[in-house]
Amino acid sequence: MSELEVTLSQTSPIPLAAEFRCQPGELLALVGPSGSGKTTLLRAIAGLYQPQQGTIRCAGQVWFDTAKRLCMTPQQRRVGVVFQDYALFPHLTACDNVAIAMGHVASSEQRERAEQWLARVRLQGLEGRYPHELSGGQCQRVAVARALARDPWVLLLDEPFSAVDQVTRRRLQRELALLRETIDIPIVLVTHDLDEATALADRLCVLQAGATLQVGPPERLYRHPASPQVARLLDKHNVFTGTVAETSGRRYLTWGPNRLEVETGLDNLEPGQTLHWYVPPSDVILHRRDRPSRGERENPVESTVSEIIVLGGMALVTLSFSHTRETLRFEISTHAARRNGLAKGETVIVSLLASGIHLMPDAALPQHEGAQP
Amino acid sequence: MDWSALSVSLRLAVTTCLLLLPLALWLGRTLAVTRSRGRPFGEALIALPLVMPPTVLGFYLMVAFGREAPLGSLWHALTGGALNFTFTGILFASLVINLPFAVQPIQRAFETVPGHLREAAWCSGLSSWQTFMRIELPLVWPGLISSVALTFAHTLGEFGVILMVGGSLDGETRTLSIAIYDRMQAFDEVGAGIMSTVLLMVSFVTIGVVYGLARRRGVPRV
Repeated sequence: MSELEVTLSQTSPIPLAAEFRCQPGELLALVGPSGSGKTTLLRAIAGLYQPQQGTIRCAGQVWFDTAKRLCMTPQQRRVGVVFQDYALFPHLTACDNVAIAMGHVASSEQRERAEQWLARVRLQGLEGRYPHELSGGQCQRVAVARALARDPWVLLLDEPFSAVDQVTRRRLQRELALLRETIDIPIVLVTHDLDEATALADRLCVLQAGATLQVGPPERLYRHPASPQVARLLDKHNVFTGTVAETSGRRYLTWGPNRLEVETGLDNLEPGQTLHWYVPPSDVILHRRDRPSRGERENPVESTVSEIIVLGGMALVTLSFSHTRETLRFEISTHAARRNGLAKGETVIVSLLASGIHLMPDAALPQHEGAQP
Repeated sequence: MDWSALSVSLRLAVTTCLLLLPLALWLGRTLAVTRSRGRPFGEALIALPLVMPPTVLGFYLMVAFGREAPLGSLWHALTGGALNFTFTGILFASLVINLPFAVQPIQRAFETVPGHLREAAWCSGLSSWQTFMRIELPLVWPGLISSVALTFAHTLGEFGVILMVGGSLDGETRTLSIAIYDRMQAFDEVGAGIMSTVLLMVSFVTIGVVYGLARRRGVPRV
């Protein structure tokens, strides 16, 4: 009953078509490019923005319902918000910044409770400092303490780690991960950092132009994006177009001259159907060049190295094919790349694991694309 | 030394500040947070006394305060008194001419308060009034002090409009500035010099006190 349910839609000024839920104790990350409506959705939940249509319910209470012409004010909604730049009150000490959110607590207890919250975010001894006397990370912790001091029914985090350096970010992310184990309310995180979302969130909600494209656990979304659009937004590159084929009662996916086995998904499709498919970089296996494949390995595909970029210990390899302009990317260790003599222009063979190939039959095909020759 | 003129000047300056401050707070905040298309028009209207010649503004106010004009007749109907050549008249005139000096510093101060601080206050459970009193007002305090200082000092020094509307009635409309002018007309340079020195001292001490207060109550900014 204490889950957060959001269903919002509007056409202008910011298009919205979002629908998601968040369970108590769950962390849902809203991800998407700039302008995808992430922060607008967060503001709508907080009561700072009123969309044209939809409902927002939290803990069984209706906060927003256009059908009933109901829109609770931010004060009426029990929300804790951590703003992007923290929005600490500069004229108040850390303790007063937290205590000010405790209108529901007796005045005599506010100070003590505020100090307890600051201790919980490891800021003992800094209660009397003003925001300008605190570091970025300490300000972020005060903002978290203030958001939680209201005993909220939902915690909203708007890019809470974007204003601190990389080292502090990692530390604060770890602290949030630890803190959320003790909080039994829905947590909604807005971020454009996919690594951050993957590390912290139980589920991702991928947004584009205000519309929910897919919601699910990060691993599932990374391996099974619902559409090429989702794959692209999740920075996944290997989306191709193929055609379902059948020979001797056995179904394959044809991709140019290649006949690919697919573990699941082909049985429900009709031979001749053209569709998008995706293979995660982790399911692309490079054949050792000193032991050429004789074709007995899984889905061997011949390609040419069109680019190899060394990033520390890992090398990002881009392969091109004779039958399509689309390229395939995967990562291997720099050591393995050197051992195999990988270089631009070299011919290599890779296996595309049948269990990793994900079909996207419901995704619309662009006009210029079609069955590959 | 014309103590009566000093008394009129101080009475006028204090009353103008007290009456103008709430209005300036409301106008300044509204202009700072509003996004309406009418905002430039409102700003221009408030700034008009800055650019109008004092005699022109004094002339229009004198006409408006006359018993034949709607404002003057309304005042007469309500109180039975007149506005021209009275302390109330120069007080109204003072309110009009000081509007930009009172509103603009407050508006600039409100403009520096980030909008998300108000939102953070609302999300912390503070009502709009509590947000104004506990968050916005402490943050615009220096602007408020500037507004009071400017209004006070400008009222003490105002000459043209006050002379047009109020004339130079002893104990009623003769302010220190007008008294100094009268002394000079009478070739009493010593008297004019003493009063000028007193006006200078009063202005300096007042401004010093309010700016000192602003520094003491000045808030740290992020």
